[in-house]
Amino acid sequence: MKKILPYLIMATITALPITVRPNTSVGLQEFSAERGKNLWNQKHTISGQTRRCTSCHTGNPRQAGKHVRTGKMIKPMAPSVNSDRFVDHKKTAKWFKRNCKWTMGRECNEQEKGDLIRYLKSI
Amino acid sequence: MKTLIFSTAALVLISTLYLGIQGAWSNNDDPSHGLGKWQNMKARSTGVAPVTNTLYAEECGSCHFAYPPGLLPSFSWQKVMTGLADHFGDNAELDAQTKQQITKYLTTHAAESSNYRRSRAIMYSLQATDTPPPLRITDTPYFKREHREIPNRIINLPKIGGKLSRCNACHQRADKGSFNEHEIVIKGLGPWND
Repeated sequence: MKKILPYLIMATITALPITVRPNTSVGLQEFSAERGKNLWNQKHTISGQTRRCTSCHTGNPRQAGKHVRTGKMIKPMAPSVNSDRFVDHKKTAKWFKRNCKWTMGRECNEQEKGDLIRYLKSI
Repeated sequence: MKTLIFSTAALVLISTLYLGIQGAWSNNDDPSHGLGKWQNMKARSTGVAPVTNTLYAEECGSCHFAYPPGLLPSFSWQKVMTGLADHFGDNAELDAQTKQQITKYLTTHAAESSNYRRSRAIMYSLQATDTPPPLRITDTPYFKREHREIPNRIINLPKIGGKLSRCNACHQRADKGSFNEHEIVIKGLGPWND
């Protein structure tokens, strides 16, 4: 028993479900896939252009997108088909910053980011 | 005694071979660096130094073709890198450290520091003008001259997208730094016969 105890502990830790919970003490609501989906499809008018997430990522996050200016292929955003999504915090933060500014003309707040991730993880 | 001489000789032979192979395998980032005159001449005759920096290739190449730094002077790269919040209409902001590392790579490998044929041609074409170097490769006089015969019906093909900025849409070996006109295959049209 002594020999397998450390492995048991490790297995238990690995099996614990890791879920991101919003910090409600700073006024965040429970993240919502539905709100995320609405935001994903919401149109914004920036510099006289209509922009939204789907401009590059398409309406279906399970399929590959295409950069609206350069035409370069963008791998799917849904972790169910692309396991590289939302595993590298630095990368996620960089793209949220760039793409929220381009799409909405400002950075996304924590609620919006959480809702978007919840939506993309739900499909 | 004989054994000792033989084994010493064998050891010397093996280590010479090993070092020789190592030398042949070692990857030199800049082919024109530290080479003899003959090899330098060879480096001069080819296109442009290919991209060697993985950080640049990943950060910039995730949205567009990672342009070889030898296609613009350092003046232009410096300016591009200070305006990433509005990068030709896109937001391409980087964190301070990444930005500094990429700027260093681009400016130290810029056209004026390269001995490659296309880099020298671009510098030569810029020296003939009074205006400061442009921010776009497609706005350099050499680039414009080389592409002036391309009709709009080709430029407007969906794969090319109305602009000449997707190098690899036609130059199939652009990622290797080769822009030889005999290697041109236009996506959706076939080989280019001048």
